[in-house]
Amino acid sequence: MNNERQQLNRQLAQMLKGGVIMDVTTPEQARIAEEAGACAVMALERIPADIRAAGGVSRMSDPKMIRGIQEAVSIPVMAKCRIGHIAEAQILQAIEIDYIDESEVLSPADNIHHIDKTRFDVPFVCGAKNLGEALRRIAEGATMIRTKGEPGTGDVVQAVSHMRLMQSEIRRLSAMSVDELYEAAKQLQAPYELVRWVHDNGRLPVVNFAAGGVATPADAALMMQLGAEGVFVGSGIFKSGNPAKRAAAIVKAVTNWQDAKMLAELSEDLGEAMVGINEQEIELLMAERGK
Amino acid sequence: MALQGAFIEHEAMLRRLGAECFEVRQASDWGRPKDGLILPGGESTVQRRLLEDLGLFGAVRRDILAGLPVLGTCAGMILLSQTHLATMHMRVRRNAYGRQLGSFRTGNRVEGIGGDVPMTFIRAPYIEETLSPECRPLARVDGHIVAAREGKQMATAFHPELDGDTRIHEAFLQLVSE
Repeated sequence: MNNERQQLNRQLAQMLKGGVIMDVTTPEQARIAEEAGACAVMALERIPADIRAAGGVSRMSDPKMIRGIQEAVSIPVMAKCRIGHIAEAQILQAIEIDYIDESEVLSPADNIHHIDKTRFDVPFVCGAKNLGEALRRIAEGATMIRTKGEPGTGDVVQAVSHMRLMQSEIRRLSAMSVDELYEAAKQLQAPYELVRWVHDNGRLPVVNFAAGGVATPADAALMMQLGAEGVFVGSGIFKSGNPAKRAAAIVKAVTNWQDAKMLAELSEDLGEAMVGINEQEIELLMAERGK
Repeated sequence: MALQGAFIEHEAMLRRLGAECFEVRQASDWGRPKDGLILPGGESTVQRRLLEDLGLFGAVRRDILAGLPVLGTCAGMILLSQTHLATMHMRVRRNAYGRQLGSFRTGNRVEGIGGDVPMTFIRAPYIEETLSPECRPLARVDGHIVAAREGKQMATAFHPELDGDTRIHEAFLQLVSE
């Protein structure tokens, strides 16, 4: 991927800002999501909550199923490949996916290496729990970052921890003197150039979304207040009682996250939220995959 | 218009040129005094839906028709076209260059602005046809119209807010001050 392509891919993420990216498993769900105001959809065979329930190895979705969703909607379509699975990423690029999520939600294919994303023309989004992880993914060519959160739980606590940690690490870097940045890069285990960029600009060099456990308009507004530039909602929508209404409410909550009165109205009568599991109740911490 | 998309980039551009601005996120913001409006890039389906659900669509259309200067970029251009606000006489093709792999950067002349204006196209539309002599094409790329002006309305298929070049925004501010 040349610099210009990298730039264009970062810029597509800029266009998604202030928006909600929704997990969908069928063309019909994709249309509901688009109609409700999703700025992109993530096409996958099973949403994270079901991946958790099913167990076993979880892989890239059937390209035919992804194509069905590409044909159903006009907004960008994303899809997940396993961490380090170069071939799955090549397949997704071949079907002209708009964004690849190299995702810890699927079973990792490589316990050590992530994909060298600079070799692709198609853009990648990756999860991160902290600034070091985020900068390592960006060094590998990711053009968008999201918090890992704890997918498929409906529990926002991990997304909050990851976003808070990232923001506080960014603030700390910004306050450092230039000669302290070499040591900071060493501790973050991230390239010096990227550490320097964050120090100079006070933010990540790519767009940063919240993901993992967002289930309500209030969750989405919380993540925006903590500095997210948009949100991914995975299991939260189509595992709930009234997906269309909940999806539209979350979209409006992301635009008007500063207006508590509107959030109150948006939170009314949404039907049952996804049941959710507490972080303490789960055995598999997806966020620990791929550092 | 700060409903969704790359509005902060436009704000940065305006501030750089010394113009004041504020974000419109709901109907109550629309009442504030203003000399112009920018409809940013993003996803037009999302922005259209929010314009309607938040009770902005009718008021925005009315004010543009009454002469409020407006600059629409990418999704913003789509909103000004016949299928949405219908304030500019043009038919726009969405995702005209295909998916993200079709996104590209080039440069070309823009009428009234000059040569070599950088043009970044992100899953961009182009103008298939202008439907009235008042709607005047300002720039073309590969034979397709990528910028137009109609009265106090300007539209670009590309993203002037993403490149360092301030000429499009300057031209818009000029339009606002006329």
